[in-house]
Amino acid sequence: MADREVKLMKGNEVIAHAAVRCGCDGYFGYPITPQSEVMETLMELKPWETTGMVVLQAESEVSSINMVYGGAATGKKVMTSSSSPGVSLMSEGLSYLAACELPCLVVNCQRGGPGLGTIQPSQGDYFQACKGGGHGDYHLIVLAPASVQEMYDFVELGFDLAFKYRIPSMLLADGAIGQMMEKVVLSPQKPRRSDEQIVQECGSWAAHGKGGRKQRNIVTSLFMQPDELEEVNNHLQAKYRQIEAAEVRYEEFMCDDAEYVLVAFGLSARICSATVEMAREEGIKLGLLRPITLYPYPYEPLKKMAERGVKGFMSVELNTGQMIEDVRLAVEGQTPVAHYGRTGGIIFNPESVLEALKNNLLK
Amino acid sequence: MAEVEIKVENLVYAKPRLITDTVMHYCPGCSHGTVHKLIAEVIDEMGLEGKTIAVSPVGCSVFAYNYIDVDWIEAAHGRACAVATAVKRLHPQHMVFTYQGDGDLSAIGTAETIHAAARGENIVTVFINNAIYGMTGGQMSPTTLLGMKTATTPYGRDAGLNGFPYKVSDMLAHLDGVTYITRQSVHTPANVRKCKKAIRKAFENSLAGNGYSMVEVVATCSSGWKLTPVEANKWLEENLLSVYPLGDIKCSNLPK
Repeated sequence: MADREVKLMKGNEVIAHAAVRCGCDGYFGYPITPQSEVMETLMELKPWETTGMVVLQAESEVSSINMVYGGAATGKKVMTSSSSPGVSLMSEGLSYLAACELPCLVVNCQRGGPGLGTIQPSQGDYFQACKGGGHGDYHLIVLAPASVQEMYDFVELGFDLAFKYRIPSMLLADGAIGQMMEKVVLSPQKPRRSDEQIVQECGSWAAHGKGGRKQRNIVTSLFMQPDELEEVNNHLQAKYRQIEAAEVRYEEFMCDDAEYVLVAFGLSARICSATVEMAREEGIKLGLLRPITLYPYPYEPLKKMAERGVKGFMSVELNTGQMIEDVRLAVEGQTPVAHYGRTGGIIFNPESVLEALKNNLLK
Repeated sequence: MAEVEIKVENLVYAKPRLITDTVMHYCPGCSHGTVHKLIAEVIDEMGLEGKTIAVSPVGCSVFAYNYIDVDWIEAAHGRACAVATAVKRLHPQHMVFTYQGDGDLSAIGTAETIHAAARGENIVTVFINNAIYGMTGGQMSPTTLLGMKTATTPYGRDAGLNGFPYKVSDMLAHLDGVTYITRQSVHTPANVRKCKKAIRKAFENSLAGNGYSMVEVVATCSSGWKLTPVEANKWLEENLLSVYPLGDIKCSNLPK
């Protein structure tokens, strides 16, 4: 197939290639380890000379997320990328983006925290990504890639979902997936949308100049009348219910006959799939559920497993126990739920996950 | 009193076409309404209604989008210049301006403003400097004068306790990316006319791709200053203008 381009690339590099190839209009970023290769690759690719994509290095993450806010407010396909401390700075902007229902993509290559922490990988921003971070009642669509190929694919998926629901999408990766090199199949170059297409698609809300429009568009999240703001919140919540009903994505590995199930996303899920195989060799009926969307979360499949008699779940995360709260919510107290995790940038191996399973659930 | 018929041929003034019918929330004597009017007139006279994208701040002019009939984006507090940067880069043919007060621009938005200016973004900032936070109830802002009483400097701003005020426009004028900086006021009819010319010049400079432009307007806040509108104009002239003198600070071209 002529269009099939296979390369060996870093996770961070493919973010840049995917952005250009899916017709992204603008990237605004600030350097931070372990994801600086995203902007470095874009600057090397010089997409402003080919697709016309804008790439700009901002003075801070506060600024880059507000550049994303500005670009998204005009209906353009815009994104940023950062790592944990940088995403903390972006939290204000994310709340505004969600409130104004602006589609965009934010990549978080997580590193260990809290505070300045470390530049080593972590999954410590689960709460921040899925439960807020910024102020107010809002959600982002959160996608958790577990391979370099998914890093690539989820850029376009993230944008598609963002525009489908007018919501910011977050790609919640980690430093390891950003830095690891794997084979990746690149998709053919798609053109950026023309201004006319953007007017057609986003003309009812985007502030890209009135042009021939009679009514001006105003992008704002300020609603001083209590009734009005509550209506906005009800509208957002209705949208979130719709997303929860239609966009849950997950993968099951050897779950059909499983008596115990590991729940893990991203890098942890890769490790856990090896644990499952090791356990099976020992005769332990272990399965793995890998949430691909962390918001919306796959509560239903976990609940069904609990109902059909799974004896225990273990949430395996590179943190001290964040997603475990959602696993517990899913099973509603029917089944024991344990947690296993490491922090500080330490990555567990399949053996230690199996040992933790034995200690926590099989005793 | 007998009714006086106003004949069309005798009209010397009318509400600008691009000022909406929304009742303004500004206090009597506030400069915002006058500056809004000037911007609306300039946009209309330059034929920019369809291609203007405006960015409003947080502060008293947070509702600016209700009054001028163009597309608007409401920025988070201080972030207007970052928002406008992306808008202009993605829409290079459009007229993009931010409208910000001294609380928004010279305190929480200092970084965004300086870096947009330093990069030479082709945007215009209309900077309303009334030396006080209006919307939150009259607290000290970075441009509050020494000795000036505000809600957070009840005994007057003290340099040792509260630090010194600073001159935003003078500071920005040092940057290569900045090509037009002027300080104006609207407290007399003559100043209103000068201010309008400055706004037009800034818009033209921006459309010509000549980098960052700022029109600082030394403005009144009669409620925050606890003065009548007339007293406020007098206070502005007697106190603010010696610290923030009027006139062009920089007119240049981008370095080659």
